[in-house]
Amino acid sequence: MSEVAQATKSEGLFSKKNRRLLVDPLNDTNPITVQVLGICSALAVTSSVMNSLVMGIGVTLVASLANLTISSLRNYIPNRIRMIVQLVVIAWLVTLVSIFLQAFLYDTYKELSVFVGLIITNCIVMGRLEAYAMANKPWPSFLDGFGNGLGYTVILLAIGAIREIFGAGKFLDFQVIPNAVYDLGYANNGLMVLPISSIILIGIIIWIQRGFNQKLVDVS
Amino acid sequence: MEALNVFIKAAFIENMVLAYFLGMCSFLAVSKSVNTAVGLGAAVIFVLSITVPINWIVYNKLLAEGALAWIHPSMATVDLTFLGLIVYIAVIASMVQVVEMVVERFSPTLYNSLGIFLPLITVNCAILGGVLFMITKELSFGLSSVYGFGAGFGFFLAIVAMSAIREKLRYSNVPAPLRGLGIAFIITGLMGIAFMSLVGIKL
Repeated sequence: MSEVAQATKSEGLFSKKNRRLLVDPLNDTNPITVQVLGICSALAVTSSVMNSLVMGIGVTLVASLANLTISSLRNYIPNRIRMIVQLVVIAWLVTLVSIFLQAFLYDTYKELSVFVGLIITNCIVMGRLEAYAMANKPWPSFLDGFGNGLGYTVILLAIGAIREIFGAGKFLDFQVIPNAVYDLGYANNGLMVLPISSIILIGIIIWIQRGFNQKLVDVS
Repeated sequence: MEALNVFIKAAFIENMVLAYFLGMCSFLAVSKSVNTAVGLGAAVIFVLSITVPINWIVYNKLLAEGALAWIHPSMATVDLTFLGLIVYIAVIASMVQVVEMVVERFSPTLYNSLGIFLPLITVNCAILGGVLFMITKELSFGLSSVYGFGAGFGFFLAIVAMSAIREKLRYSNVPAPLRGLGIAFIITGLMGIAFMSLVGIKL
């Protein structure tokens, strides 16, 4: 009994409300398919699974840490210059991520250097800062950023996998479609190499997701 | 004549949204009704046609290699291009902040309907993309202002066309899970395929 009383008095680190912040963005409030944030990068980097994975991890780190920082500073930022402050924090974190990659994962960094810079203009980071971190306490904001990063990563991995398998016949650079199938006349799908394919794939993912999750269906 | 070519190229052949797929987030989220779409399109035209020339000055007079020679000949070897991204973003953010204050003051209804996507013009890839393309194209100052306006106009046309299609779509029988966002994505993909046919035109 005392435990329950204590839980209501000071909320635990992983109370039910905080767990929802982490789990909701995976499905009910997914940044890509429901909030429509971060589409540009989802189109640009999803040509292979590896690129999607590194981009997803980078965005998750930047989004959660930027939410934490801005939320701790939120009472000291004048409303009129908040965008510049937010962007400085984001640019600082993105620089940290890119220096970290240079130090520990140099090969991946060489492949992804442009995309890492692109995290600055990723709408998810700034979108969550504006929508959540400016009005909430640091710990929930951190969880919110982390959850949204995860939701983004899941969709990116799905699109990356489909595009890599059908566009190049590979998965994580291993050939998955055997040569015997190519000998039968199968060819890689050229459309899957173009960014247009990921727009249509996101449309189909939304279709499937809303087929299972009826409360997201647009009734208007 | 060259200015007209730059304008048509920026607005149609290299359309930010439908040829390069930049600025997708606000394009898809704000295109529900023609009125809001016109408001956002006008804001994007304004921000692009101001930030592109300003960043032209910043790049050619401060950041490019040898650009600082006008201060003192000994500074001709200074190359500050590595500061580019942060400086461009700072210029864009301050311009968007101005636009936000103006819209909030003069049109509260538009301010409310744009919601979070008004501050998000800052991180609209179409704006930063316009600035970066302007630099790689090595345009003159006059042509870069035309380019900025043309790119914004292309975004305006695309978002208004999209919102008009979506208003009409409300009367058609789309499968329920695909309604709204899903069908918008697929239409964007189809419009993008149509715009691929303009790629071959040389001006």
